[in-house]
Amino acid sequence: MNRQTQKRLLGVAALVIAAAIWQIIAEYVVGRSFILPSVTDVASAFVTLLESGTLVADIVVSLEHFGIGLLAAFLLGVPIGILMGWFRVADFLLDPIIEILRPIPPLAWIPFAIIWFGLTTQAAGFVIFVGAFFPILTATYTAFRSVPKVFVEAGKVLGCDTSFELIRYVALPAAIPAIASGIRIAMGVGWMCLVAAEMFGVSRSGLGYQLWHNYYLHQMPNVVVYMLILGLAGLIIDRIFRNYVDGQLLRWHAGEVA
Amino acid sequence: MSGVTIRDLGKAFPKEDGTATQALDGVNLEIGDTEFICLVGPSGCGKTTLLRIIAGLETATTGSVTVDGRAVIGPDPKRGMVFQEYSLFPWRRVIDNVAFGLEMKGIAKEERRRTADRYIEMVGLSQFRDAYPYELSGGMRQRVAIARALANDPDVLLMDEPFGALDAQTRNRMQKELLSLWEQTKKTIVFVTHSVDEAVYLANRIVVLSPRPGSVQEVIAIPWPHPRDRTSAEFAEVRRRVLRMIDETENSQ
Repeated sequence: MNRQTQKRLLGVAALVIAAAIWQIIAEYVVGRSFILPSVTDVASAFVTLLESGTLVADIVVSLEHFGIGLLAAFLLGVPIGILMGWFRVADFLLDPIIEILRPIPPLAWIPFAIIWFGLTTQAAGFVIFVGAFFPILTATYTAFRSVPKVFVEAGKVLGCDTSFELIRYVALPAAIPAIASGIRIAMGVGWMCLVAAEMFGVSRSGLGYQLWHNYYLHQMPNVVVYMLILGLAGLIIDRIFRNYVDGQLLRWHAGEVA
Repeated sequence: MSGVTIRDLGKAFPKEDGTATQALDGVNLEIGDTEFICLVGPSGCGKTTLLRIIAGLETATTGSVTVDGRAVIGPDPKRGMVFQEYSLFPWRRVIDNVAFGLEMKGIAKEERRRTADRYIEMVGLSQFRDAYPYELSGGMRQRVAIARALANDPDVLLMDEPFGALDAQTRNRMQKELLSLWEQTKKTIVFVTHSVDEAVYLANRIVVLSPRPGSVQEVIAIPWPHPRDRTSAEFAEVRRRVLRMIDETENSQ
């Protein structure tokens, strides 16, 4: 048995044991599904939600919110970060504004998200955008500030004669690893904002909304299902992104760091 | 014709307190076509600054640099540069590093890869054409950097202590290879080095700079053909002379 299968087997064993302990405590120690739903309660709730189709529909809605917010944060955060990182004047101009807006918790924007966008996917997307924008902006900005000077000078002597060419062919490729990890952080923040935004009524569907709604209905097994799905979805999104970045984009970077 | 003419060159770096540090003052130098010039001098004598001004990466405060009769006003692919630090773009394979300058000129992919392949072969790295820089040793990286500068077919090749970070054996091999490249391509080379030994081994003329402010102290012509014998008595004699000169300029401060 090699190390890898050993690791897998032990991992599965630990999960099974944890589930068994959870089941025993829920059933025989606590004894009330409202306080602590048992594994079987949760499993049957999961099957019911899956069969009714609401679970899949809510996952789709939440991914839509998340996608809108993250895409907007990427489309605005990267270019503004590039401008501020490359052009001194842009930095001096925008920095005070950014510094005032950044410390405002993304959830504090919920009232205005509802007033501006109503109860639409854009409203939830906006809150996620606010959460994801600043990590992407900061990562891009910092990455551009720390592009090694020798790369820029090499670019110049090799014939990049405009800022655009230097950014396009030298600074941006050099900055991509740092921007990618900024996006990863932004996805984590965005996912948290998603749950909170949907919980606080920016939306009438989605995983976060359902979590809160089922709490009102005292359907605690359903609440646990949504908790687990939220965690799992967040994990899967992060894994997909990381695999994509490591595998496709940054073959060279792995070697540089090692 | 690819001569470099440096006239009354001065460079002052402004300081925080409003005064300025005079790095170079009244530098005059005439570099002929296909000449191999080494700039030596104690640290802080402004030899790298002088090279960077020729490259167009710094601007002179006074005086002028002309290459082929045209004034230097900024960086230009006609003046290739090899840096002391590793300057290869780590996200590009060897072939695309070497082809970078041609890509900036807008040359089509097929053609620029063909040209790049020729220069990669010239520096003996054909089997590494698809490798990333992190897969190469220090000496190989600098060879790629030289190929990258040459691929632009520059008039002048500027080299800022390119072998400074290499171990002694690699360094000696690189010097030999550089001389053979120079003979093949007939480029004018301006080479900054800390090592007097390296300068005596490579140069047609050694330019000794004196420090603070830097200016030309002495120019020593070395008429011997290549390859040169480092262990010969005359080699040792010239090396001793240059070293003594550098010592004097330092102590006269």
